[in-house]
Amino acid sequence: MKLIIAMIQPHKLPDVKKELFDAEVYKMTITNVLGCGQQKGYEETYRGVIHEVNLLKKIRLEIAVNEDFVKPTVEAIKNGAYTGNIGDGKIFILDLPGCIRIRTGEEGEKAIG
Amino acid sequence: MDNPAINLDTVWVLFTAFLVFFMQAGFAMVETGFTRAKNSVNILMKNLIDFCVGSVLFFLIGFGLMFGKDAGGFIGTSNFVVSIIGQSDTSNFAFWIFQTVFAATAATIVSGAVSERIKFKNYLIYSVFISGLIYPIVGHWIWGGGWLADMGMIDFAGSTVVHSVGGWAGLAGAIMLGPRLGKYNRDGSSNAITGHNIPLAALGVFILWFGWYGFNPGSTLSASSPAISTIAVTTTLAASTGALAAMFFTWIRYKKPDASMTLNGALAGLVGITAGCAVVSPYSAMIIGSLCGIIVCISVELFDKKFKIDDPVGAVSVHGVCGLFGTLFVGLFAQSKYASLAGFEGVNGLFFGGGGKLLLAQFTGSISVFVWTFGTMLLLFFLIKKTIGLRVSRETELKGLDIDEHGMEAYSGFQIFLND
Repeated sequence: MKLIIAMIQPHKLPDVKKELFDAEVYKMTITNVLGCGQQKGYEETYRGVIHEVNLLKKIRLEIAVNEDFVKPTVEAIKNGAYTGNIGDGKIFILDLPGCIRIRTGEEGEKAIG
Repeated sequence: MDNPAINLDTVWVLFTAFLVFFMQAGFAMVETGFTRAKNSVNILMKNLIDFCVGSVLFFLIGFGLMFGKDAGGFIGTSNFVVSIIGQSDTSNFAFWIFQTVFAATAATIVSGAVSERIKFKNYLIYSVFISGLIYPIVGHWIWGGGWLADMGMIDFAGSTVVHSVGGWAGLAGAIMLGPRLGKYNRDGSSNAITGHNIPLAALGVFILWFGWYGFNPGSTLSASSPAISTIAVTTTLAASTGALAAMFFTWIRYKKPDASMTLNGALAGLVGITAGCAVVSPYSAMIIGSLCGIIVCISVELFDKKFKIDDPVGAVSVHGVCGLFGTLFVGLFAQSKYASLAGFEGVNGLFFGGGGKLLLAQFTGSISVFVWTFGTMLLLFFLIKKTIGLRVSRETELKGLDIDEHGMEAYSGFQIFLND
């Protein structure tokens, strides 16, 4: 079991969701987060004064998957979030030692699916 | 100026004009509340700037086209800027400001229908055309002594002149732009894109309702007219019954009383009574209001689900469709007992023994205005689409128009969810 965490551009979320849906990955958790990486920031203007914003709005996407779904999930996120510009984001893959479905008490791979 | 009647009328016209001006704030709040947070700055800018463009254009050209010397019943040809300046009778200036805030009301209706996807500069171009050309010509036909006025059409405060013009222009814009991203699924079913601030939308509706007390009673242009009180009564009753009808309709149809449709219902009642506010009885006003409250619910659903035209705030249904029906209802419900108070002698609708003559005039008027406004605006938006591009890029639309078009956010420091 793996936990896939991805940081993506907020405006690419509809594309990522569509790619995941096409890859038959229907489960995800999404959080609105602030962060910065290579993109460093952008400029806002307020009453003629330029104002540097360096923590950018990002979407954090978390999906727990079984081994055979790792590759399709990662591919779907890559396809959906890609623009070729700095700031497209990153995908982290973590080992997931356990998973329990609260309603049924199922554990492990069955609980994820 | 020692004539007290003229002085009183001037104060009345100015006072009601200021109330109608405040409706701009109402439109700004309704439209901001019913759309998403990421497009708020853009909506507010459109509402501010269409008034500013409109008042200047109406001063230079529009007023003359609307109220100038009649040419063929189609267009006015005098009273352009120069002929107003230098007149000693300042009541003409009061009339100008009154007509200007009406022109600006028609213009600002459109910003809701085209919201969340039109390029800001295209909205500026549109503002020039509606206030300088499209609206004044309709106004001349009905209020400026043009051919529809000669036919006997009654549009007392502007269900057709103001509201339908705005509504049909919005329809043309919404069709040319296409729906917002994510509005329709691949199988054609419709998604709800919910407004981000219902308290603001409700405040906007209250402000509009308040402003309507200038819009309708003020259209007598005379403080000594006995009609101003009956108009205030018909206006109130139509708004109340419109909201009630929409509330009960949605309660029965969707199992809950829907706040956003009930708010639209109040506006629908107000738009519907605007044409006939001076010529119908309070009972008829309640019937007109209730019918418009139901019509707006059906119309919103038809445009959304059947025609697949994305109108984020329901502007086409509230102003275009209810303006059309409100104008037609005059031909059914007009009563000479009330009409004579406002200076219309011997006017009766179909239900009160006047035959079909008035209804025919109302019908001809609303259809002609639809053809003119919808046709010219469709052409204008089509030309913009083919030359400089009507709509913002996909990326801008997803990020929100505030950041890409204006470089700032409406709610800096708040975390706004950007996931649709």
